[in-house]
Amino acid sequence: MKKNISEFNIVIAGVGGQGLITLLRVLSEAAREEGYDVRTSELHGLSQRGGSVEVHLRFGKKIYSPLVKAGSADLIIALEAQEALISCRYAGTKTIFVINNFIQPIPAKSALSIEEITKILKRYSAKIFAVSASQICRQELGNEVVSGIYLLGYASHNNLLGLKPEAIIKALEKSIPPEFLELNLKAFNLPR
Amino acid sequence: MASIDSKETNKKVILMGNEALVRGALEAGVQFVATYPGTPASEIGNIFAKIAKPNDIYFEFSTNEKVALEAAIGASFSGLKCLVAMKNFGLNVCSDSLLPFVYTGSVGPTVIAVGDDPSCWSSAQSEENSRGYAYLAHLPTLEPSDPQECREFTKLAFQISAKFKIPVMVRFTTRVAHQKMPVALGKISPINPATGNFVKNPAQFVTMPPRVLAMKTELLEKIEKIKNWAAKNGIDRLEGKIDKQKRGIIASSVSYLYVREAMRELKLNLPVLKINLFYPVDEENIKKYIKNLKEVLVAEELEPYLEKETERLAKVTNPKLKIYGKDVLPAVGELRPEQVVAAVAKLAKKKYVCPAVNLPKEVVKRLPNFCPGCYYRLVLQAIKKTAPEGTIYGGDIGCYMIASLPTYGLADYLSAMGSSIGIGHGIKKTNNQKVITLIGDSTFFHAGIPALINTVFNKSSPLIIVLDNQTTAMTGHQTNPGIGKTGMGEETIALDIEAICRACGVKNIKVIDPINMPEMEATIKEFLEKEEVSVIIARRMCWLLSQSKPR
Repeated sequence: MKKNISEFNIVIAGVGGQGLITLLRVLSEAAREEGYDVRTSELHGLSQRGGSVEVHLRFGKKIYSPLVKAGSADLIIALEAQEALISCRYAGTKTIFVINNFIQPIPAKSALSIEEITKILKRYSAKIFAVSASQICRQELGNEVVSGIYLLGYASHNNLLGLKPEAIIKALEKSIPPEFLELNLKAFNLPR
Repeated sequence: MASIDSKETNKKVILMGNEALVRGALEAGVQFVATYPGTPASEIGNIFAKIAKPNDIYFEFSTNEKVALEAAIGASFSGLKCLVAMKNFGLNVCSDSLLPFVYTGSVGPTVIAVGDDPSCWSSAQSEENSRGYAYLAHLPTLEPSDPQECREFTKLAFQISAKFKIPVMVRFTTRVAHQKMPVALGKISPINPATGNFVKNPAQFVTMPPRVLAMKTELLEKIEKIKNWAAKNGIDRLEGKIDKQKRGIIASSVSYLYVREAMRELKLNLPVLKINLFYPVDEENIKKYIKNLKEVLVAEELEPYLEKETERLAKVTNPKLKIYGKDVLPAVGELRPEQVVAAVAKLAKKKYVCPAVNLPKEVVKRLPNFCPGCYYRLVLQAIKKTAPEGTIYGGDIGCYMIASLPTYGLADYLSAMGSSIGIGHGIKKTNNQKVITLIGDSTFFHAGIPALINTVFNKSSPLIIVLDNQTTAMTGHQTNPGIGKTGMGEETIALDIEAICRACGVKNIKVIDPINMPEMEATIKEFLEKEEVSVIIARRMCWLLSQSKPR
């Protein structure tokens, strides 16, 4: 990915409590580390209590809007696979989807399978990466909490996210409390 | 967050709008802070709860927004620099004291930070646009669009308040409060400890007629002076030049950011008049700007206040001006950047196809739910099991709003803080059905007590269930009068809800631990048969809070 991106638009979707705001903090520090301007938008309060949550992050030479425009996301990360569908609002043909191969059922609704979800997302974009982040983090690290950081590692190490792994590692060191840093660094480097 | 009160000023720090607003207040030398938590303004109080003591600032979580403002009025009358923070509905609650405060004016500079929530991300009751209060109360109002401006405008608000002896509102929205960006910091003022000196001056502080009318005259004169001062000091910002197409934009708050984004997308360079001081609006500046325009777009969220001002001013300066506003932008819901791009494209006669938002039909929005271990679940189960068919359920403001969602269906009406009881009384007086109302501990203290007194006084008989989880949970576990700790972490009396109910004349009262389901069910059954008001206090600490700290 070429440096000096004029703008890069990220939407992260998930369920309240999955650590979306931590991911935003890490990403925004990493974007600053790379010398970019950055803006984010997040939601707090009632919308956080186990409901669908989406947060936005935009970085580039000069950023004004904290919100990503409809159809203009470069990268959509879904911490829960079904939540990727809501963020289709931001998807266009250039959009890369990185989705966690993890389904949390919605009460009184029959859950969609990863295959069904991937099929739907293909209507928007061909670039879909379904990653078993929760499963791998549980098996390898004994902790699913860091599956978001794992997905970030996946996107960064595979060059899907205009930010270098070194910048994100620096950002992790800056924004994660020391007692959890090792676990987060492991999760980030696992998909290398 | 550790950096909000940092003495270092040589580098930019990524801050949220609310954090930047706190920083601005620190740089202005704030001495006295009072708030009642409410999204999107809650973090302001949470931050002061942590930093007030080491910075020699007085901070309190007040019982409601009215007493928060009144605390600040008293401190301002005593000469202190004050900040009051609340969400939009809090301004309704404190409006009774707000209007006279604008009449008396402030002694110590006072800033009222108010968070609106277009699209109601974290608000029931209404999509309030608090800018309307600026007109109603003659309250000078600044509108920041991002964290950098949250810091700057808070400082500016203190300056205006100090210069003109009037409280000033900083009005922001969710997308400003919860936006993050790198913010340049200024120097923190050395803070004088929060001790004041109330100098008696009835001519200023007592709003009895006929003096009150003279005060109003003085207030209107003050507003004129602020208008002139703002014009002279260029508080609003004109960017770019009017070209031969004679098209321009007027924008405020976060809409301004979308306008800038739109210009980049459409490769345009139209002039933009960014309105920073919403009230009193700099009329001469707008007139000067629109005089030379053929067409103007007014980009603002919710009600078209600036559009109306522009229409009014155009009548005298440029009656042929074509004004775009709510005909190209929605009046309901927050603006989306692509909607503003489309509006700017319309103004500039450029082609732009607003991306179709075709969500897959399989999408299911996940509604908020109770935390897995939440004890409210048990109380709701007990109600469902015991209450007869046809029981009317009154909802209130807190985590238990989730009881109104289809999974539970336990709210037949829901409006403002404390109104579960107030409205429940009216229903009980006029219907034969049983009425059960649900209210949290913090909401009970905030606005439930006068409603409770009214039910007893007027011989009503709802069953009131106080969901006492010993915290203000939904907004992030702030303290409240029932806990025994102040906002600064000092020990204080823990007010006893049971004793309050008894003193209010309630005869049927029981405190029950929600995990004791049989007792809860039996008591609901028993109390529903009573001919007087009954209260069950379902008391157990919020599960989420109990997970995060040792008991």
